[in-house]
Amino acid sequence: MYTFSSRLKIASIVLMVVGALGLGYGFITMPTSVEEAKAMVASHDDGHGGSHGEETHANTDSHGEHDASHDEHLLHQLQNKPWAALYVAAFFFFMIALGTLAFYAVQRASQAGWAPLLFRVMEGISAYLVPGGIIVFIILVLSVMHMNHLFVWMDADVVAHDKLLQGKAGYLDPIFFLIRAAIFLGGWILYREYSRKLSIKQDESNDNASFKLNFKISAAFLVFYLISESMMSWDWIMSVDPHWFSTLFGWYVFASMFVSGITVIAMVTIYLKSKNYLPDVNDSHIHDLAKFMFGISIFWTYLWFSQFMLIWYSNIPEEVTYFVTRIEDYKLPFFGMVVMNFVFPFLILMNSDYKRINWFVIMAGIVILAGHYIDIFNMIMPATVGDQWYIGIPEIGAILFFAGFFIFWVFRALGTVPLQPKRNPFIEESRHFHY
Amino acid sequence: MASKVIHAYYNDDDVLMHAVKKIKEAKHHIEEVYCPFPVHGLDKAMGLAPTRIAITSFMYGCLGLAVSIVMMDYIMIDDWPQDIGGKPSFSYIENMPAFVPIMFELTVFFAAHLMVITFYLRSRLWPFKEAENPDVRTTDDHFVMEIEIHDNENELRNLLLDTGAVEISIADKNGH
Repeated sequence: MYTFSSRLKIASIVLMVVGALGLGYGFITMPTSVEEAKAMVASHDDGHGGSHGEETHANTDSHGEHDASHDEHLLHQLQNKPWAALYVAAFFFFMIALGTLAFYAVQRASQAGWAPLLFRVMEGISAYLVPGGIIVFIILVLSVMHMNHLFVWMDADVVAHDKLLQGKAGYLDPIFFLIRAAIFLGGWILYREYSRKLSIKQDESNDNASFKLNFKISAAFLVFYLISESMMSWDWIMSVDPHWFSTLFGWYVFASMFVSGITVIAMVTIYLKSKNYLPDVNDSHIHDLAKFMFGISIFWTYLWFSQFMLIWYSNIPEEVTYFVTRIEDYKLPFFGMVVMNFVFPFLILMNSDYKRINWFVIMAGIVILAGHYIDIFNMIMPATVGDQWYIGIPEIGAILFFAGFFIFWVFRALGTVPLQPKRNPFIEESRHFHY
Repeated sequence: MASKVIHAYYNDDDVLMHAVKKIKEAKHHIEEVYCPFPVHGLDKAMGLAPTRIAITSFMYGCLGLAVSIVMMDYIMIDDWPQDIGGKPSFSYIENMPAFVPIMFELTVFFAAHLMVITFYLRSRLWPFKEAENPDVRTTDDHFVMEIEIHDNENELRNLLLDTGAVEISIADKNGH
C-alpha cells in the first residue's frame, strides 16, 4: 500500500502556489486597452528590434482604418496570452490522463499478459481525468461566455463577416460545442470510474466475472474513444484556426497524448520502484514501456510529417497558411519539437540496453514531455496570440500549477488502494514477464 | 577431425530450456541446438555471445540514408533539375520534404536486406547448401541438442534422460 509522502505532497502544493502566482501575474498584467497593448509591444520591440521592427514599418504604410483594426487585433492577442497559457497547460495535463486511459483500455481489451502489474499505476494517473477534464470544460464554458477570444468562431461579429465560418456555423455552434464536450468527457469519465470499480472488485471476487466485463467495456470504450477523441481534437484544438482543417488531425493529437501518457506511466513506475514499492515490477516492464515510448514517438513523427508534407507539396493557399505562420513566427518551437519528440528519443532509446536503464528512461521522458507540451503550444498559440508568443511567467506558471495539481491528484489516488492487483487472471504471467 | 557426439531429442521448448540450463550447470559444453522455430532466451541460456547484428543493421541503415541523399541530389537536383511542387528552388534542402519518404524507404531497405544477407553469410548459408540438421524432425516438432563426447557417454546419457530427453542417439560428426 502506497502512502503519499508528505515531502511529495508539500512539493506539489508549492508547485501549485508558485504556478498560481505566475498565472495571476499573467492575468493582472493583461492589457485592458489598445494603448496599453501598443505600449507593451513597443517596449518589447526595443529589446528585440529586427524582424518585429520591419513589420511595424510595413503597417505604417497602410491606411489608418487598417491600423486601428490591427491594433484591436494586437490587443486581443495580448489579452489571449494568459488564457492560452492556461488552456495549453490544462489541456496538456488532461491529455496525459486521457492517453494513459487509452493505453490502459488497450491493455484490457487485448488481455495483455505483461501489463496487469502496472494497472494500478495507470488507474492512478487516469484519476486526474476527472478534475483535469472539468477544468478544461470550465475554460471552454468561459470561452463560450466571451471571457476570452481563444475561439474566434464564437464571436458572432466575426462570423457575420466570414462566409467560410457561416458555412460551418451548424457544427461550430457554441451550445452544440459544449454539448459535444460534455458527451466526450462524460463517456471517458464514466468508463474510467466503472473500469476502476471493476478492477478493485476483481481483487476480492471468487470468479473472473468482473475481469470479463472489464474486457468488454474496454473494447467498447476504445471504439467510443477513437471517434470522440478525433472530434474532440477538431473542437478543442483545430477550431482555433477555424478556416483550416486537416483530416489526420485527430490521429496526430492521439499520437501526442498516447506517447505522453505512456511516458508518464514509465516515470511514475520508476519513481514508485525507487521508493521500494511495486517489488514485482522488473526491468522488462520498464523495457516494454520504453519500447512504446520509442515506437509512438516515431508514430507521432510519421503523422507530423505526413500532415506537413501533403500541405507543403500541394501548396494550396488556405491550407499552407497554417505552416507558413508556424515556420515564420514559431521557427524554434516548431522545429525544436521535432528534435525533442523524434531525434532525441530515437537516438537515446534505440539501443535495447538503454531502455532498461531507469535514469535513461526518465531523461528521455522529460524531454518527450517537454516536446509534447510544445506540440500543444504550437497547435494553440499561433491562432490565439500570433507573433506575440513567449514562454514567460504565465506559461511556466500554468505548467507548474497543473504539474503540481497533477502530482497531487495522481499520487493521492495511488495511495487509496494496494498497488498490486491481487486476483487478475494474468498477474502470474505479468510477474514472470521476461524479455 | 571426426568426433563422436550425442544427440538428445526433446519435444517441448520449455523442457529444452530447462535441460539447457541443467547441462550448463553440470559444466558441459553444448555444441549446438537444432530447433524448428526460434526459442526465446535460448542463446542466453546456452551462453552464446550477444549478437552484433543490430550494430550492422544500424550501419547499413546509415549507408542507405547516405545513398538515398546522394542519389536524389544527383537525379532531381544536379543532373536534371526538377521543379518540385511548383517551387522551383533547385535546392536539395528546400525540396527535402519531397525526398523524406525515399530517404526513409532506402534506409529501411538497406538495413533489412543487408542485415539478412549478413546473417546468411555469418551462418554459412547459401543456395543448395546441404542441411546440417541431424534429423529431419528438427524442422517439424523436435528439438535436438548436440554435445560432444569425451569418454563420458554414460554419464551424459543419464544426465540427458534426467532432463526429459525423449530419445538419445550417438553420431559421428565431421568438423567443419
